Amino acid sequence: MLNLMFKRKKFSKVWDFPGFLTWTFFFFGFLYIPIVILVIYSFNSSKFAMIWTGFSFRWYEKLLTNDDMQQAALNSLYVAFVAAPCATAIATLTALVVVRGGSFKSKEFSNGLVTLPLMVPEIVTAVATLIFFAFIGINLGLINVMIAHTVFCIPFAYMPIKASLEAMDPTLEVAARDLYSDRNSTFRYITLPLLMPGILSGFMLAFVISIDDFIITLMVAGGGSTTLPVYIYSMIKMGVTPEVNAISTLMLAFSIILVTGYWVFSKKS
Amino acid sequence: MKISKTNAIEVQNVTKIYGSGESSVKALDNANLIIYDNEFFTLLGPSGCGKTTLLRLIAGFEDITNGRINLFNEELISLPPNKRPVNTVFQQYALFPHLNVFENVAFGLRRLDKNNDFVIKRSNEVLELVQMQDYALRRPNQLSGGQQQRIALARALAPEPKVLLLDEPLSALDLKLRQAMRVELKTLQKETGITFVFVTHDQEEALTMSDRIAVINQGSIQQIGNPEEIYEKPSNQFVANFIGEANLILGKCEKTGINGICKLQTGHKISINIPDKFNKDDNLTIFIRPERIKINKSKGSSLSQIQEFTYLGNAAHIELLSNGVSVNATLPIDKVKNFKKGDKIEIEFPKSFAQIINT
Amino acid sequence: MNIQGENKSRNNLIGLLPLWIVMGVFMIGPLIVMAFVSIMESNSYGGIHLKFDLSGYRQILFDTNLFDEMEFNPAYLIIIGRSFLLAVAATIISLIIGFPVAYYISRQKDSVKNILIFLVTIPFWTNLLIRTFAWIIILGKDGVIENSFGFIGIIGDDDSLNLMYTNTAILIGLVYSYIPLMVLPIYSSMEKLDVRLIEAASDLYSTRINLIFKIILPLTLPGIIGGSILVFVPCLGAFIAPDLLGGGKKLLLGSLIQFQFAYARNWPFGAAIAMVLLALIVTILYLNARINRRHEQNA
Ligand SMILES: Nc1ncnc2c1ncn2[C@@H]1O[C@H](COP(=O)(O)OP(=O)(O)O)[C@@H](O)[C@H]1O
Ligand SMILES: [Mg+2]
Repeated sequence: MLNLMFKRKKFSKVWDFPGFLTWTFFFFGFLYIPIVILVIYSFNSSKFAMIWTGFSFRWYEKLLTNDDMQQAALNSLYVAFVAAPCATAIATLTALVVVRGGSFKSKEFSNGLVTLPLMVPEIVTAVATLIFFAFIGINLGLINVMIAHTVFCIPFAYMPIKASLEAMDPTLEVAARDLYSDRNSTFRYITLPLLMPGILSGFMLAFVISIDDFIITLMVAGGGSTTLPVYIYSMIKMGVTPEVNAISTLMLAFSIILVTGYWVFSKKS
Repeated sequence: MKISKTNAIEVQNVTKIYGSGESSVKALDNANLIIYDNEFFTLLGPSGCGKTTLLRLIAGFEDITNGRINLFNEELISLPPNKRPVNTVFQQYALFPHLNVFENVAFGLRRLDKNNDFVIKRSNEVLELVQMQDYALRRPNQLSGGQQQRIALARALAPEPKVLLLDEPLSALDLKLRQAMRVELKTLQKETGITFVFVTHDQEEALTMSDRIAVINQGSIQQIGNPEEIYEKPSNQFVANFIGEANLILGKCEKTGINGICKLQTGHKISINIPDKFNKDDNLTIFIRPERIKINKSKGSSLSQIQEFTYLGNAAHIELLSNGVSVNATLPIDKVKNFKKGDKIEIEFPKSFAQIINT
Repeated sequence: MNIQGENKSRNNLIGLLPLWIVMGVFMIGPLIVMAFVSIMESNSYGGIHLKFDLSGYRQILFDTNLFDEMEFNPAYLIIIGRSFLLAVAATIISLIIGFPVAYYISRQKDSVKNILIFLVTIPFWTNLLIRTFAWIIILGKDGVIENSFGFIGIIGDDDSLNLMYTNTAILIGLVYSYIPLMVLPIYSSMEKLDVRLIEAASDLYSTRINLIFKIILPLTLPGIIGGSILVFVPCLGAFIAPDLLGGGKKLLLGSLIQFQFAYARNWPFGAAIAMVLLALIVTILYLNARINRRHEQNA
């Protein structure tokens, strides 16, 4: 039996290495077991986060009555629904110019400028933005967070949009011009519909990044403009309770369902 | 027979330079030509010679560096492509992948704000013209190359352009389809009466389809004429070589005039029309097509020897060495049955087919 | 397309303006203000006096003692050093774990490949804070590990392994956080690898080990370097892992900076450390760009 399993065929290709399969298996274990444990413990009926006593929904029920948490979740959505569209719009404009604008002087500069938030460590961006807002005296609560998120999300929206624009045949736009479309209708009937999948990915990336962002929000948000990750952080700091597990599980589920749904959708079309 | 012709397109002193400074490329150099209405006109030349550039200038996709282009006596320069009554069939078709066949064909009409009934009627009409009416609801990626080609054609024809520009439309098709499409395109042009400007690097395509041809090399126009003129009376060595096979043989002028005499390096002395601008002892280049050369069996003292004999079915291709100069001849198979490699033979350059050619 | 009379450069300018304004004001602006604050005198209420003062930077190396004398204080240098070492260690461990994984995935058939790569990217889409928090449940006192060890009787009920709040815990957190960023670039350079090359090489180099070190590793070097940068840079400025798993006991650069603004309220000092971190990162990115350029010239 064993002999059969390790039949020569398995290693017949020179580029297959024995043990890599097991290694990869453990890698995915490492990646996912903590998440699975977190999810399991969110159904623990015990008051102590770490000791398993039985299955229960009580921590999810408790979330329903947690007004602060709900407010924080709403705040997160507000911020993401403002920051993601703004970032996507700016990223789309920039990608259009960088990819379709021919060669011009500030091209490299602009392309670099977009990715600046990825180069600068997040904690530096966070404190710099904090200082900046304090220094010039802008203190608009959630709006500060929205601005900071817009900036931070631009590169994430930009990458898929630029990629899909680069993959698009420019002759299509020329053909539209040939067929009596002016600049605007070419954009409306050709460029925009063809770019839509890229813009959607960009938007989704930006949205998820904004929802998940913690460090920048922690530094920039004043009292009263807490977002969900910041709220979870303060819960953890107060002591690990199963309620944290429950809300964390919900957040994980939200991101994973969103991303998986999108992935399946884009694979199909 | 002389019919008065309308000028559809006038290209006047057109120069196009891409880029600037050291990296600039001169794609067209002072090009001049006139394309008549209802004509099947072909731009022929090797790849990179500037054919597409000229087409794009006519369509308005590029700005012109110098010169002007008129369309039915109207200056085109100030018009963007969407205001020009010309349409293009692109090399890779450029069908809109997110629209179905019908909407692709209707695209131009919709942008022209035609009323919906007309759009539907006209689109169906053109789809029928290219025999694609059964595919109206498919997406372009569900069609074969040949079918996409027809849709591209239908899309460009739908708005009834005054001129149709076709950039190597057949080059992506396989041989059989290509040959069938040649006939169809030609028929379509005659039926619709639209002026076709057709770009190709394939000389056979150009010769079989065109009313007139412009041969282009390295951005300049070498010759404009009907297929017969281009083939039989090439204006220079480039045209002679690019279209079909040519013998270009050096010689010396011995006597000018209609019954001039030229001594070829092959050793032959031939009678040929030599214009009076030449003088005795001038160096001349004589052009003659391989199939125009005549051959007689050897008399022992013959100058030419067969180097290579290639059987072509209904004809044979013979490579000769004559006085150290190589000469090619193509002959009907019944004339050469008894010849073989190494034979010495007598060749003849008929006066009506040999001509002096510019370098 | 370069249509006569259509003003491309004007359109380009209009398209880029939103980016320039938003990035200029809210990204570059803050960095400039931070640089400015780092050379101002601190104000004990959290803020600054508008007065030039380099004490923010001086504090990184020196303390002022009771007699107003400057005394060398290595505490912050140690933090910088520890951040650096942990980031290096996290990068190397990620590479060792990630390389065979990237290799294995790149050799699967397309459908499997797509799914596996998707599984690698999912964590990137989920909240880093929550993923790190999961490790508290595993490593913490009476956490999953201690419980299971206790269950099989290796440790007593009241004993603790003290897994949390150690460099090891932080290291685990860092590797866990950023390892997808190591796997993805290596995977994409493996994708470009010509299988025939490996087959040819296997004739020349008899052992698989040789194959790895002589052929595969050099050919996927761009991916390895790219992945290492992507892991190293965020590790160096990491805040969540040291904060949650180091429990504030083991400060790293990231958590030190955050601490200055959230609790110590010494802005110039916090800004100065942030500048140091930024300088470190810029140096690394610059060196990387130079190496890349030399690679391109050689190729
Ligand atoms: N957009 C462009 N930028 C720079 N050079 C170009 C561009 N388009 C064409 N060229 C150059 O101009 C010359 C003519 O090109 P083209 O008109 O496409 O030739 P053809 O269609 O005959 O093959 C070529 O040398 C080509 O490299
Ligand atoms: Mg071309």
